[in-house]
Amino acid sequence: MLSLILIVIASAFFTGIIIRTKSIASGRKGPGIFQPIRDVLRLFKKGVVYSETTSFVFQIAPTIYFSSIVMALLVVPFGRSKGIISFDGDFIFFAYVLALGKFFSIISAMDTGSSFEGMGASREALYSMFAEPAFFILMGSLALLTGFTSFQEMFAALHIGSYISYALAILGTFVLMMIAMVENSRMPIDDPKTHLELTMVHEVMILDNSGFDLGLILTAGYLKFAIYGALVVNLFIGMFPYHFSIPMFFIIQFVLATGVGLIESFMARFRMSHNAQFIFVLTSVSLLIFFGALLILGKFA
Amino acid sequence: MNLIKVILVLPVLVILLIPFFKTRGKGILCYAAIILNTLLSGYLAVQSLAGEMTEITLPGSLVTGPVNLRIDALSGWFILIINFVFLTGGLYGLYYMKAYQSQRNNLTLHGIVFVLLHCALLGLCTVQNSIVFLIVWEIMAISAFLAVIFEHEKMATVKAGLNYLIQSHVSILFLMFGFIWVAFKTGSYDFHALTLYTSEHKGGAGLLLFLVFFTGFGIKAGFVPFHTWLPYAHPAAPAHISGIMSGVMIKIGIFGILRMITLIKADYYTIGLIILAFSVISGLYGVMLAIMQHNLKKLLAYHSIENIGIIGMGIGIGCIGLGNGNTILASLGFAGALLHTLNHALFKSLLFYTAGNVYQATHTLHIDHLGGLIKKMPQTASLFLIAAIAISGIPPFNGFISEFIIYSGFYYWMHDAMLGTLMAIIFSVLGLVLIGGLALLCFTKAFGIVFLGQARQQFHHEVREVPFMQLAPLYLIAFFIVIIGVFPQIFLNTLLQPVHLLSGLSLNAGLPYQEKMTGLLQPVTWGIGGFILLTGIIFALRKYITRNRNIAVEPTWGCAYVAPTAKLQYTASSFVRAYGKLFRPILLSSKTEKEVEGLFPSGGSYETNVYDRVEKYLIDNPIAAYKALLGRFLFLQNGRLQFYILYGIIFIVSVICIPLFYDQVVLFIQYIKQI
Repeated sequence: MLSLILIVIASAFFTGIIIRTKSIASGRKGPGIFQPIRDVLRLFKKGVVYSETTSFVFQIAPTIYFSSIVMALLVVPFGRSKGIISFDGDFIFFAYVLALGKFFSIISAMDTGSSFEGMGASREALYSMFAEPAFFILMGSLALLTGFTSFQEMFAALHIGSYISYALAILGTFVLMMIAMVENSRMPIDDPKTHLELTMVHEVMILDNSGFDLGLILTAGYLKFAIYGALVVNLFIGMFPYHFSIPMFFIIQFVLATGVGLIESFMARFRMSHNAQFIFVLTSVSLLIFFGALLILGKFA
Repeated sequence: MNLIKVILVLPVLVILLIPFFKTRGKGILCYAAIILNTLLSGYLAVQSLAGEMTEITLPGSLVTGPVNLRIDALSGWFILIINFVFLTGGLYGLYYMKAYQSQRNNLTLHGIVFVLLHCALLGLCTVQNSIVFLIVWEIMAISAFLAVIFEHEKMATVKAGLNYLIQSHVSILFLMFGFIWVAFKTGSYDFHALTLYTSEHKGGAGLLLFLVFFTGFGIKAGFVPFHTWLPYAHPAAPAHISGIMSGVMIKIGIFGILRMITLIKADYYTIGLIILAFSVISGLYGVMLAIMQHNLKKLLAYHSIENIGIIGMGIGIGCIGLGNGNTILASLGFAGALLHTLNHALFKSLLFYTAGNVYQATHTLHIDHLGGLIKKMPQTASLFLIAAIAISGIPPFNGFISEFIIYSGFYYWMHDAMLGTLMAIIFSVLGLVLIGGLALLCFTKAFGIVFLGQARQQFHHEVREVPFMQLAPLYLIAFFIVIIGVFPQIFLNTLLQPVHLLSGLSLNAGLPYQEKMTGLLQPVTWGIGGFILLTGIIFALRKYITRNRNIAVEPTWGCAYVAPTAKLQYTASSFVRAYGKLFRPILLSSKTEKEVEGLFPSGGSYETNVYDRVEKYLIDNPIAAYKALLGRFLFLQNGRLQFYILYGIIFIVSVICIPLFYDQVVLFIQYIKQI
């Protein structure tokens, strides 16, 4: 329950902070932190335009996408406090329920018959396929290390003590953040602010969405970022008491958001054709984590 | 006893009667036979799942010895799956075959083999005698062959059928070898002899025997590298036969492997690792090739290979659990495998039937020629969508449940694994995750291109939805797909007996399996239920909030280009192009293109095809070498009658002379010995 409230709060300003960081870094005045929320509220009040090519898939897809992300959110724990649902293997549920959302966002893009959206859909499907193994191996390593298979128990039992475990936590943060970048279509993989449809991934898929549906999709995006941020936070807080962990949660989320903003200000997007290889590298990094876990457990002996 | 006799006599009677009926009557008679057989065998199967095994012994003949028939829990589970798929497939087939009404004789044959195939599959689940098993196996192979080549006026269909027939005889060869081996050592053709022999001979013999059977059954099941018949046979057959073949016939291979696991006592741990390795490769290879296919049914056929891989992973985990003496691991693995067998039978047959609908409506299965069918055939499209989500292993449908159990098996196995096995686990998990991701890519492609967007080609005939009665069995299947996804407990409780049988638990120790399964799946069910509820609420909210809003309908945004045509849409090939480039080292893709040239271009063309690398190196190249060898003897067949008469004379002379010579040679040898 706690994680739900915290993530919703964090999601309210996460994207705002990214935009603010970018505007400061480029010397612009820029919009306020709550501009993304205002955008969404505005969209919720608007009418819609549907493409004449689309079918009912296009109309139900944003809802399913949104609820899949909310469902994933319900699984995420916060330190000692469990998510609303928590069970053995809940991270499998987490990944697969997100996949459902992805499935629908892809087919809704294809429903428009636009070649741009088809292109985006194709890329989204390919990238998310490559990102998933990294997540599963990371979670497998944590399961191996702690002997549990649910988010909450794994994170709670994670003790950061030795040097190796520090290294592992940092690698884990890296992998989770990169997965978050892939999932949220942010900078090194995708440039949300590009001017050309050909070079977008996620943005181009929602070209034809408007009004309430677009609002849902954007909100889902904000939530998704905060969810991955919360997973990163969970790597560190372990069993800390709440008066430490809650401020830590916000600090880490803030650092992540500014980090993303800075990356977007000072880095160029990777070449589209090399993105897939790059994402697959994450799998090898998470294999490193797995070997690190083996080292800690002394399985190499 | 009497029940079994009825089951045996009924099909014979129906088969004799079918030719005398009119076209309509044939279909109804066939279907009535299927229903009756289903009810009778289903009754026994349900009893066996409740824990009451049916066992009778027929007298048999001099050659076979007494023939034991037994319906235990494992047979029961498979019998129920077979019956369900035949019930829905038969009804669908009744309507699907209407287009072929004029081919009366052909339909007679088709009806006969359909009933035979059903009986043969049921028989294979019950027979406990190896000779009879082989005979029934042969009946199944031949009736399936005849069912596949229904459209035998097409060359490709006959070729695919022959390919299947030959490969299924290779499979029989392995099975025969295994059975004869045991019969030679023990003198008995009863399945029990397998257990006796392998428990007496510890060590390599059991393992080798199992591998022989695994190869035999693996050809039927379609494990890579024994899969090459499958992508030809499934697309060539009529839709309901494809559904049945993919849904249950290849599962008989799985049944065989499971049966052998219960019978052969060998080093289960090694067996488990071998099966796991084959399965991961099958799963990945199947889906990798599936993505590149242009023919919808061929795409689905490659997905069967993938799903056999997933089932195999479950069996592998189960065997490893058996080998380690870890009953919970064993029950997780076998439960996952058995449930996925059912699941795959459901969604794959649904996919084949919907593909059949598409074929009936458009007369093509080429993915890039289709498009926008969701507007013409909304029901077919929705059913396909449900099955596509289910096969990608995504909640809230049934595919997720079985994959979840298999994942849990892997992560549970981690607890007591050592370095080597941990590697096996992590790479299997990697494989399973990639399979899921690739399946998502594949089915978004298939659904997106075939059903969404605009029609890529204009057809000269009207494209319309098939009649409701043809859709009814499809709805029934979809219903079960949803039910298993939302209430998996019902089915897992039914699995109690088969899993116990496989994991070697005594029936009284029923608690660990049930506790584990309930503990594992109860929250998942809550999650899935919650998800459905949440989606419903959000959808209702959306409906409520936007009730008074303006809704405008405009053309799709085309970057301000105002005259887009349907040809500008993304195609299936372009959807997977990035994937194809990345996986080029594994895939064997070929490209033929004719570029547009000159001031007045006369039209260009571009075609890509993917060929199966395993097929090239394992089937095509050896056959080419063999043909080259035989080609050297081509001079014998020179077409001159005189020579053929000469061969005849040589043959007769040698038949007469060789025995004479033989005696001389024997005498000669004796003479030498005396010296």
